[in-house]
Amino acid sequence: MTVENPRGAALAEQGRLPSERVALVDLLDRLLAGGVVVSGDLVLSIADIDLVRISLRVLIMSVRENLGEP
Amino acid sequence: MSDTGTYLYAVTGETSSASPEGLVGVAGTAVRTIPCAGLVAYVSTVPLDEFGAEPLRRSMENLEWLGETAGAHHNVVEEVAEERPTAPVRLVTVYRGDESVRKLLRERHDDFLDVLAQIAGRREWGVKAYIDLAAADSGAAAPSAGGPGTAYLKKRQAGLRSREEAWRSAAARAEQLHDTLSSVAVASHRHRAQDPELSGRKEPMILNGAYLVERDRREEFTRVVEELRGEGVDVELTGPWAPYSFTDLEVRGDG
Repeated sequence: MTVENPRGAALAEQGRLPSERVALVDLLDRLLAGGVVVSGDLVLSIADIDLVRISLRVLIMSVRENLGEP
Repeated sequence: MSDTGTYLYAVTGETSSASPEGLVGVAGTAVRTIPCAGLVAYVSTVPLDEFGAEPLRRSMENLEWLGETAGAHHNVVEEVAEERPTAPVRLVTVYRGDESVRKLLRERHDDFLDVLAQIAGRREWGVKAYIDLAAADSGAAAPSAGGPGTAYLKKRQAGLRSREEAWRSAAARAEQLHDTLSSVAVASHRHRAQDPELSGRKEPMILNGAYLVERDRREEFTRVVEELRGEGVDVELTGPWAPYSFTDLEVRGDG
């Protein structure tokens, strides 16, 4: 479902992934592990879900899809 | 209204020019401000059928949604941080309403002021370092005397030993890089190293650091980064970022 970028496989072969993907990983490092964490009257408690783990799983899955057959 | 929530992006000190006119946030919503207790919260009204607890649990596993939402969140934070000291808030922080946000600003007022004082006039830089173990290790596997079998075993043992040593020295190298970078920074933080599948590089990442640097030491910092390259180590500089890695309300000040 996320094979939106066919350049991915070729670039990954050279040891490089699309810059958008790499930038997203760097961004998620900060948005999911950093930033002000608050509690209170939230619709979703951050502690309820391990955001970092989820995002990493999603990213790894999508990278594998992009890589296709080894 | 119970079918909408208040999505919080960032908190700043009160300024006269805090209007976020035309700024678009997550899911295409308009960004507005909530001033309270000498602070300003940047928020937008979001539908709970997309930003409620259950939909979020599902959406967070959808890379397309995650990428778009993270990008929109980041864009708002960047716009706001461009003009004033800004404390970015973690992704998908959604309150039940504006009054809950006002309550937050009142209750955590002093903590926010401390964080804003810490990041004023400073920016975050990211430095990722990779090590080419084979290159750092080259020369160790010289050909040796003896039969082909012995040579193979020797080589293999030497290979294993030198690999272990290479890892040890890589860890030490990472410490050293981090110390050097920290010496030019006001504060520093090490994020978890990225998996090679995520970093897009074959070489293992040994350092994924964030550094809070005075604006007028930017050139000095980038020069230090450039000088870290060599002996199998490659470095990547990202940023400047809004100070995502330095806005922990609980651990602050003497970090």
